[in-house]
Amino acid sequence: MQQQINREPALASKPRNRLANSQHLAPYLFVLPFIISFLLFFAYPLINAIIMSFQSVLPGEVTFVGLDNYRELWNTDFADALYNSSRYTLFTLLLLIPIPLLLAVMLNSKKMPFSNFFRSTLFIPALTSVVVAGVVFRMIFGELDGALMNSFLHLFGISSQRWLYSSELSMFALLVLASWRWIGINILYFLSALQNIPSDLYEAADIDGAGTTTKFMRITVPLLKPITVYVLTISIYGGYAMFTESYMLWAGKPSPQNIGLTIVGYIYQQGFQYFNLGFGSAIGVTLLGITLAVSMLQLILTGMFNKEE
Amino acid sequence: METVQRKKFTASSWLLLVLFAILAVLMLFPLYALFLASLKPASELFRYGLNVRLDFDVMSLDNYRSIFTGKGEAGHYFEWYSNSVIITVLFTLLSLLLSSMVGYGLGMYRFKGRNLIFTLVLIVMMIPVEIILLPLYKLTVSLKLINTVWGVILPFMVAPLPIFFFRQFALGLPKDFMDAGRIDGCTEFGIFFRIMVPLMAPAYGAITILQAMNSWNNFLWPLIVLRTTDKFTLPIGLASFVTPLGSNYEALIAGAVLAILPILILFLFFQRYFIEGLTVGGVKG
Repeated sequence: MQQQINREPALASKPRNRLANSQHLAPYLFVLPFIISFLLFFAYPLINAIIMSFQSVLPGEVTFVGLDNYRELWNTDFADALYNSSRYTLFTLLLLIPIPLLLAVMLNSKKMPFSNFFRSTLFIPALTSVVVAGVVFRMIFGELDGALMNSFLHLFGISSQRWLYSSELSMFALLVLASWRWIGINILYFLSALQNIPSDLYEAADIDGAGTTTKFMRITVPLLKPITVYVLTISIYGGYAMFTESYMLWAGKPSPQNIGLTIVGYIYQQGFQYFNLGFGSAIGVTLLGITLAVSMLQLILTGMFNKEE
Repeated sequence: METVQRKKFTASSWLLLVLFAILAVLMLFPLYALFLASLKPASELFRYGLNVRLDFDVMSLDNYRSIFTGKGEAGHYFEWYSNSVIITVLFTLLSLLLSSMVGYGLGMYRFKGRNLIFTLVLIVMMIPVEIILLPLYKLTVSLKLINTVWGVILPFMVAPLPIFFFRQFALGLPKDFMDAGRIDGCTEFGIFFRIMVPLMAPAYGAITILQAMNSWNNFLWPLIVLRTTDKFTLPIGLASFVTPLGSNYEALIAGAVLAILPILILFLFFQRYFIEGLTVGGVKG
């Protein structure tokens, strides 16, 4: 229909109205794929998740159970998952914002030789899938004496560790894996923002006699704020959604004493291993609440910094 | 010229060079270790763990041979490879077409509901999909898409980040080209496909990489949708090698190397697009 109307010559007088109509209709046709996809694959499942979280969903048998699923969340497994995901998120923020920021400033410096080469090299780990990275790091953090991390410790006279059996050591392994895959990408975010800072700002500061530290704190950091907020947001998102890393490190098995259990891992376990769809949905809705709360908190905090400036 | 170069190479340049050289070695080390392990028999790995000893007596291409000759589970390797290629190509093409249409519609036209729809795009972008995993799984079951290529592709084909990116790009497109097209009797879709799509070529480059990498490396959703070994994608298949029952380290490690190799080679040629594509979200920054 749309096509036929449009095919008529634009300057013909009579179909002018219809043509105008098609210009009104066209944008809706352009955005139609999103509307369909949003309704079918996002809004509907989201509403369903909320409904299911108040139900006990067993094959062929759905009963309303009120808040039972949420009450059940008060257990040590969920506490472990929440603790692990939060701790992982917090540490990735502490590592993956300041370090890449500093490295990007160095790469952007006029004194830096082979800047482009290093930029690309540090980016290479980002090309690997979490599965492949997981395979490699599972072996690097193997418990045998000859495994890479342990032989590294031997250099300093430290004895071999069973990395994936302790809560602290395995969190370290997860963070090394995350840093390895993400440093290069975050460097690029900061680098592209740095390259957008007009150089006359620094020249003006030079004339005013500002030192390197002053220039960094007064020019670089404030102008990098938007990209930092962006990196912060995707890091929080990625941190709380983490699953594959821990799935791969523990080879798809439950980790000892839940040391590798994450919130999404808990959803996966309850939903797809125990077929506890109602309870699994309650975990999902809770995760939604957590991400919304953290995002709000972040908005308030970054907004407040705004006012101070 | 030469003197300028020499002048710039100060002590701090050396310091930076050393620092970044160490960093680069650390970053590449895991991949090097993986490659080396792929040349050794699994018995070595079980005895010593992952190490970087160069032992030419035990090194061979046997692991790769075992994948190509395909004994047991390893026999599915190239089936997984082709599943991954099919899904990646389909997903990327559809995603490019649909998200560029949506982004263009949002960026080029003023219409009622535009802001609402854009807000919805942002909301989808902000909410982790993992939250709706279970109902989405149920939906996929009732649409009879479980264990199919389309079950993997359809739910995430119209992705918010590419839409956002195309919208930003479309905002900068020349509006007069649109009027010129209309005067020449082009339909609205004609204007899009004949005039605007070529103008958006750089955006297509970046989004191709973004979506292709996402699809090639995607794990959680395919893990849920694909139930039988013959339908697996590469990451799911590789992960199935590490399970306690099916530990097949020869195939696992050689298979992992073969999974990253094509990407590394493409990266060498299309570095700029990879870098743009994988940092698309920072476009506003």
